Amino acid sequence: MALIKVDGKEVEVPDHFTLLQACEEAGAEIPRFCFHERLSIAGNCRMCLVEVKGGPPKPAASCAMGVRDLRPGPEGQPPEVFTNTPMVKKAREGVMEFLLINHPLDCPICDQGGECDLQDQAMAFGVDSSRYHENKRAVEDKYIGPLVKTIMTRCIHCTRCVRFTTEVAGISELGLIGRGEDAEITTYLEEAMTSELQGNVIDLCPVGALTSRPYAFQARPWELSKTESIDVMDAVGSAIRVDARGREVMRILPRVNDAVNEEWISDKSRFIWDGLRTQRLDRPYVRGVDGKLKPASWIEAFGAVWGAVSGKSGNQLGAIAGDLAGVEEMYALKTLMASLGSSSIDCRPDGAALDPSLGRASYIFNPTIEGIEQADAILIVGSNPRFEASVLNARIRKAWRANDIPIGVIGDMGDLRYDYEMLGSGPETLKELAGGNHSFFKALKKAKRPMVIVGQGALARGDGTAVLGLVAKVADAAGAVTKDWNGFAVLHTAAARVGGLDLGFVPGEGGLAAADMVAGSDVLFLLGADELDLRKRKQGGFTVYIGTHGDVGAHHADVILPASAYTEKFATYVNTEGRVQMTNRAGFAPGEAKEDWAILRALSEVLGHKLPFDSLPQLRAALYADHPHFAEIGEVARDESADIAAIAEKGGRLGKSAFASPVKDFYLTNPIARASAVMAECSSLARKGFKQAAE
Amino acid sequence: MLADQDRIFTNIYGLRDKTLKGAMGRGHWDGTAGLIEKGRDWIITEMKESGLRGRGGAGFPTGLKWSFMPKESDGRPHYLVVNADESEPGTCKDRDIMRHDPHTLIEGCVIAGFAMGAHAAYIYIRGEYIREREALQSAIDECYDAGILGRNNKCGWDMDVYVHHGAGAYICGEETALIESLEGKKGQPRLKPPFPANVGLYGCPTTVNNVESIAVAPTILRRGAGWFAGLGKENNTGTKLFCVSGHVNNPCTVEEEMSIPFRELIDRHCGGIRGGWENLLAVIPGGSSVPLVPAEEIIDCPMDFDSLRALKSGLGTAAVIVMDQSTDIVKAIARLAYFYKHESCGQCTPCREGTGWMWRVMERMVVGNAQKREIDMLLDVTKQVEGHTICALGDAAAWPIQGLIRHFRPEIERRIDEFSRNAHQTAPVLEAAE
Repeated sequence: MALIKVDGKEVEVPDHFTLLQACEEAGAEIPRFCFHERLSIAGNCRMCLVEVKGGPPKPAASCAMGVRDLRPGPEGQPPEVFTNTPMVKKAREGVMEFLLINHPLDCPICDQGGECDLQDQAMAFGVDSSRYHENKRAVEDKYIGPLVKTIMTRCIHCTRCVRFTTEVAGISELGLIGRGEDAEITTYLEEAMTSELQGNVIDLCPVGALTSRPYAFQARPWELSKTESIDVMDAVGSAIRVDARGREVMRILPRVNDAVNEEWISDKSRFIWDGLRTQRLDRPYVRGVDGKLKPASWIEAFGAVWGAVSGKSGNQLGAIAGDLAGVEEMYALKTLMASLGSSSIDCRPDGAALDPSLGRASYIFNPTIEGIEQADAILIVGSNPRFEASVLNARIRKAWRANDIPIGVIGDMGDLRYDYEMLGSGPETLKELAGGNHSFFKALKKAKRPMVIVGQGALARGDGTAVLGLVAKVADAAGAVTKDWNGFAVLHTAAARVGGLDLGFVPGEGGLAAADMVAGSDVLFLLGADELDLRKRKQGGFTVYIGTHGDVGAHHADVILPASAYTEKFATYVNTEGRVQMTNRAGFAPGEAKEDWAILRALSEVLGHKLPFDSLPQLRAALYADHPHFAEIGEVARDESADIAAIAEKGGRLGKSAFASPVKDFYLTNPIARASAVMAECSSLARKGFKQAAE
Repeated sequence: MLADQDRIFTNIYGLRDKTLKGAMGRGHWDGTAGLIEKGRDWIITEMKESGLRGRGGAGFPTGLKWSFMPKESDGRPHYLVVNADESEPGTCKDRDIMRHDPHTLIEGCVIAGFAMGAHAAYIYIRGEYIREREALQSAIDECYDAGILGRNNKCGWDMDVYVHHGAGAYICGEETALIESLEGKKGQPRLKPPFPANVGLYGCPTTVNNVESIAVAPTILRRGAGWFAGLGKENNTGTKLFCVSGHVNNPCTVEEEMSIPFRELIDRHCGGIRGGWENLLAVIPGGSSVPLVPAEEIIDCPMDFDSLRALKSGLGTAAVIVMDQSTDIVKAIARLAYFYKHESCGQCTPCREGTGWMWRVMERMVVGNAQKREIDMLLDVTKQVEGHTICALGDAAAWPIQGLIRHFRPEIERRIDEFSRNAHQTAPVLEAAE
């Protein structure tokens, strides 16, 4: 700890603090543009200048100067800095003036207006008038992709975007070319950026140079209602803020959650919102005798379901929960199915070989996302974290950058944004590792906190159980599971999955698994389940689709019951590390759509098996009674009983085929994304290798 | 006047043999191994006692700089980097050393490398210096052939010298930008601290020295610190290469004793001012970065760091730019302002935005198309750039304009008056000084 005096106030701060952090600690506000907590220090905006006592007769950049760089006074007094002297005031005014001379006066038409650092700081630290009478500089706008809009004249060259893309996102596509006042930020060839995290540069840009292209000229920040929520595009469960105007979601921004997403979100999470408006199911439909879906009233729709269900025995019914289902509605559906006498329920439409009976540790990301930073060797089996969990992948990159850890990958995953050793493509390689003589196994064994990530690409296949057993064996043998470190990590791709497994939403005794239900059940309830091959649906089988978008499930449904998307309901989701989180309603669902649990509650009454709750709190009370850990919002419930070694016992015949990521197209993984025009554009661009030139 | 036997650069005009044999004949590479045998501490003490101040412009004591290098290596190699990116307008001393007397520099590299525990020296040479690089490289090759460079050489200190060709950016003469450029990155200055002596080239302890500072070191050690300290004045000791350009009868680069009065320097070596001493208008005494000094102040001023500092200017690189009465002084400074605008790296705000602003206002001042209050505004802008930037380029851009306003404000005001007087005329306005 170091003692330092800021404006006469003594504070004690850790040695590694910069002056800027020390000043903040002492309660002095320091303006800044280029400094960002999660990026390297550039020290180029010069806005954070402070006066250092006893230093050279010029102000020092507080973001770049460390507390331990200061010398104590002649008699050992703590070093002293000032943030409110005339020298500092003059310096800030000067820098602000320089920033503004070439900045256009287009605030009234700038999307950053109202949340612009330059605007705010010019008010707080600038002067009221301009002395600059020369012509302002104009800079040509650059094409850097369909997501980020550029108005480069507004750029103040803080290089936050360049540092983010090179350090966090791991691409070297954005840079500063030219020098002096001709310096420009560009992608050189004016091609789209290829990162799945590129949207974050919009938040990082302190001015309106990089703004959201889909959101351009849509709304002003002060007219939006802000709702803190959780993202469900992947199993990471990033913290988001949903900005809505009336019923419509206008944009989605990240919130800070150091345990999960730091302050980044993936492009899918950020730009999905136009998909929430299109292809929506806003009224019930019933398939008529002519084979066409016809609008119907709720009564008619429920009547049709009752007609199909009545007279069927329990084992003729089945229910599949999709990737975006919340815990509440899965609980309601599970309860309903049980009362109908069916044990055919499944929350794994992809057929992943995960079994909740093995204990919670067998299907969650045990080391936690934050724990990735402590890992000192990582083995990735059958997963492409870049596309399956982009924000989590940034954590792996962070750990790799900080500690230069060895990373091995089984499965052909292409560019993951960090260097890794390609160990092999399929179960054969895994077997070699389990043999114990593989060089990478030795690296894992040498590590103090080795981590083994297994993805759905390795589990959602015929030999999934055997692969899971083998992975557990490798993890166990490498010493990844000790008293204070569990490096066995299952990476999920669906936001609903861990919640479903926690609930035990899997086939009970005599029950069918998802694929068998599609082919075998007479009446099938699909709770937002679209990632299924419904062409294999049983001839003459009756399908009830409860969901939000006219996607695969709705096309094959006999009855459609319109439900709410994740921004339109209060729902619990459990992310891949087993962290229980809750979404909040930012706006109501369109038309006659209702919240999913309420649909199931109403339906249960029609079917004569009334669910024992009339409100969400009542449902939650029942849920928490059965599964207490769902009540601990934001926490990861540890399951000490689970034994990785026990999973390792699970054997089985291994297949030969290579592991492949389940995410074939990052931009189109769920019904909301498939309804989004922005995602469609990104997808087509990605398929063409980002080669589209600027228009 | 400096006696011929006290000259360090005995072949600065290239009139004699510049090969290794010739250099040895003039006393270079004499007893280098003996100097190294005396040990590191001895060398650094001698350098400190000689009072040698860095010849790159800032005048930081060279011996002190060498002593900043860690005494023991912590496993990282140490590096010596020689700054031969001589781009300061008016300065042309290093090129003469490299093309005509390169062995002084190479021998200096061995000794300085030994003094700081470096086995590798990188000479970062300015992009435009093609012939100089060739001369230097052939001299280095000679040394390798003669076994006085490389591993197990005759000097007793393993030393490799590499020449790296820059790409012609002024900012790469700034030591940390030079290091960045040498590493293959874009030449933009780094933040300090950490200083290069701790974290320099490739993150290793590094000392960056000017060519002249390194080149004079062997002779100082051979002849003793006392000899060097005996030349010049207290705190401004030794000999110095002056590069005199502009309106003198014989522009030249000449090695002279420090603190030589300006009048003597010009009369003795440059054949006097063009048109006589009355015709002298002003002098920029240390390369384009330092403020100009008007004739009456400079004529009898000793040319050294402290005396020129007292005139609110500086010795800089001792590139003396002489301007007579025919000079359009405002235009001259405006041209320098353009130079700095052009060479600003664009990294930090005050310099990136300020240099362009200053240049544009200067261009208007040249024709007088300005308000008188803008003179003070311009001065204020220079103060806002000065001291607020990462490197010294901001200061260098501000000082010439500050010097101009300090000494030639009446001239600027005259032009403004003249311009406003003619403002109503439809005919083209006559420009000043034509």
